[in-house]
Amino acid sequence: MSLTVDLLEQNTVNLNSKIPLGSIEDKWDNYKADMKLVNPGNKRKFKVIVVGTGLAGASAAATLAELGYQVDSFTFHDSPRRAHSIAAQGGINAAKNYQGDGDSVNRLFYDTVKGGDFRSRESNVHRLAQVSVNIIDQMVAQGVPFAREYGGLLDNRSFGGAQVSRTFYARGQTGQQLLLGAYQQLARQIGLGGVRLFNRTEFLDVVTVDGRAAGIVVRDLVTGEIESHAAHAVVLATGGYGNVFFLSTNAMSSNVTAAWRAHRKGALFANPCFTQIHPTCIPQSDEFQSKLTLMSESLRNDGRVWVPNNPNETRPPHEIAESERDYYLERLYPSYGNLAARDVSSRAAKRLVDKGQGIGPLKNGVYLDFSEVITRLGREVVQERYGNLFEMYERIAGENPYEVPMRIYPASHYTMGGLWVDYELQTNIPGLYAAGEANFSDHGANRLGASALMQGLADGYFVLPYTIGNELAPMLGKTIPGVEHPEFKKAEQAAREKYDNYLNIKGSRSPDWFHRELGKIIWGRCGMERDEQGLKQALSDLPALHEEFKTDLNVTGDGTSLNQTLEKAGRVDDFFELGMLMCRDALERRESCGTHFRTEHQTDDGEAKRDDQNYCHVSAWQWGGDAMTPNLNIEPLEFEAAHLATRSYK
Amino acid sequence: MSNKIKNLTLKIWRQLGPTTKGSFETYKVAEISDEASFLEMLDYLNERLISEGKTAIVFDHDCREGICGTCSLMINGQAHGPQQGGATCQLHMRKFSDGDNIVIEPFRAAAFPIVRDLMVDRSKFDRIIESGGFITAPTGGAPDGNLIAIPKPVSDAAMDSAQCIGCGACVAACPNGAASLFTAAKVAHLNRLPQGQPERFKRVESMVETMDLYFGSCTNHGECQGACPKEISVDVIALLNKDYRKAKFASRKDLAR
Repeated sequence: MSLTVDLLEQNTVNLNSKIPLGSIEDKWDNYKADMKLVNPGNKRKFKVIVVGTGLAGASAAATLAELGYQVDSFTFHDSPRRAHSIAAQGGINAAKNYQGDGDSVNRLFYDTVKGGDFRSRESNVHRLAQVSVNIIDQMVAQGVPFAREYGGLLDNRSFGGAQVSRTFYARGQTGQQLLLGAYQQLARQIGLGGVRLFNRTEFLDVVTVDGRAAGIVVRDLVTGEIESHAAHAVVLATGGYGNVFFLSTNAMSSNVTAAWRAHRKGALFANPCFTQIHPTCIPQSDEFQSKLTLMSESLRNDGRVWVPNNPNETRPPHEIAESERDYYLERLYPSYGNLAARDVSSRAAKRLVDKGQGIGPLKNGVYLDFSEVITRLGREVVQERYGNLFEMYERIAGENPYEVPMRIYPASHYTMGGLWVDYELQTNIPGLYAAGEANFSDHGANRLGASALMQGLADGYFVLPYTIGNELAPMLGKTIPGVEHPEFKKAEQAAREKYDNYLNIKGSRSPDWFHRELGKIIWGRCGMERDEQGLKQALSDLPALHEEFKTDLNVTGDGTSLNQTLEKAGRVDDFFELGMLMCRDALERRESCGTHFRTEHQTDDGEAKRDDQNYCHVSAWQWGGDAMTPNLNIEPLEFEAAHLATRSYK
Repeated sequence: MSNKIKNLTLKIWRQLGPTTKGSFETYKVAEISDEASFLEMLDYLNERLISEGKTAIVFDHDCREGICGTCSLMINGQAHGPQQGGATCQLHMRKFSDGDNIVIEPFRAAAFPIVRDLMVDRSKFDRIIESGGFITAPTGGAPDGNLIAIPKPVSDAAMDSAQCIGCGACVAACPNGAASLFTAAKVAHLNRLPQGQPERFKRVESMVETMDLYFGSCTNHGECQGACPKEISVDVIALLNKDYRKAKFASRKDLAR
């Protein structure tokens, strides 16, 4: 397998992003005015499959069913309410300008494009900002208990360094409350018969007939049975791929399988190297650790980040004098200080830990110290602001943050890359859609805090219900291939063989062992900082480890009953292939932008150096028959409303 | 900082399926870091079982930060273990000592059939929500979010019960296998809010009657509150009963018309 990237075939798929005509403010209205409609009485003649029941999936399934479509909803969880959207803490952005502090649709649009370091599609982002206001209205109507002022109106806060207060929140559990809101709408439709729910059912493959999505193949996780479902359209709302790093803040079963297997069937995968690392997580404590826990970014409003000057420091933190500490964020970024952007503060922490100045038993963290604010404002004020977070930290780390500084370190958190979609959120396979974190379009190279929930709900409630109708209208009266079609049978057979094969290898290593080793390579070579040499090394190490996976995997149990080891094997297999594409994408993008930091491309003071001349584009990769031979397609990005500018947090 | 906990004896419930007979099996864990979570201890044991060619112990889990409600387990007879106000995934091994015997069972309730080993089927909770645990608000027709002012104490009280993670600990802890705390938490969330008023009585009637199809009756033991990882108060059950009584009274009047 050659590593020469110059030989990549270019522009093999015609990428039509279908951006509507008109000024940026008018595009969405123009689209809605021109789109084709399905008569209310005809909607029940169409079946739509929605895979995933997070914010995007639950809201899409519920809304499509309300409109009258027949919807089949799939989740591998026991209940739709378990989807990982539930774990989002901070909040949801919307351009309501309820605080009268100068917010507007245009400002939210611009902040999102700039925050994404000009690597997102302008028209999609503007639509996101436009519909953000409808999301809040919708969720309030559903009974989401957002935080309120004493006068009874909705409260807002500023989040992630934004200059306006546009974030709506429900304590530290905004994701939970929004997901339960969407879940309840979905439950209502299930009760009414508009949606059929398939729980503990995992997506294995998308089936295409004559280039069009015809349905999906799934595995019943309880019985191991593999079966097919046909539909007029398929929506993948299956989340991100942050677990490729093994250790991440994602839930244990979050995976890339649905997006990846669609990719193997021809769907383009865009910007896989854009992965977000969150700066404030609790560091790994031992080799057996299964996941990392995020501590809300709001802690950086009052905590001061530091490491000891001396790499050989052994004293406990309170014995280290002020003069022997390096408050490096305050030193490097005087105007933003401890509130510097996620990617910037993550990299700063990594550099010091790499230099040996890390703290804690494994020297793998930095201090987040509240002693100054406790002295200044008193313990009670701090308790009111952060009491629940301090309690959560103490439960996990076994140390009291009122007495001892917290130990924090960056961890994988969110993935901006995903399936390539056009303005309609349709992949390049007609009839196949991707929504929420599973697509790539809105966050560019970096996502702003409190924008993931906004995008999931925008896609599901306010975009897909329109754009799917536009696609289905011309299909009225035409028959679609059923599950007896040979393509379905072929896909079922391939899936059966794949899972039987995992059971038959009978090697010596568990899926988790391989996942952990895979994660180490990706985190080391394609994490917070990347360089050509490291990426090439990863592109030689990954196929070797994947080969070992194929010959030395050990899956115990059988394939005809519930087997979590077998489920895991399929997911890890896909993470291997995705990992190779991530490294390839990172290697090919010879610039630094947002979270993608190539050490060869930095300014004299160590900041990301973008190359708009050569890389102001989306890299959309096409499966080339093997994970190591993908084909690159380019979608150029044009910025008419938001002008290219350099991000600076100095 | 990190210490090892040594010589644990685990008695774990193994059962192939809902209709097969299950039994306890004993496993030894020689040592485990006190920084490990309880579920990481089970991961570690499973890795060993796989390396010995044995089938891993099945248990439900996902977010591992106490919010998704997927994890369960009765640990030494207590739902979510000995720690108050947290789910099993938030329990750490530092709460245990050298030489401890730990009994690990699934959540046991007639309405939660065992799927395999420690995993149970809690989908009856979904049936309760489907029958009325929502506000009918189809997408598109919502008025401005600030149109209705909601007093902060009302909104805060709604949030207190909306925090329910749907884990089922309340049912597992209840001697009757009742789901009153779960059902009441949702009723209290929605029935307290102005948006929830139009369907207030229909909601409670339909949810209670669906609950009664599958779950036992509440006799005010209060074990549910003690087991709840979100520490939801049994007071919500009083609100449920009050609204249910009113609803039945109103529907009797409707019948008489």
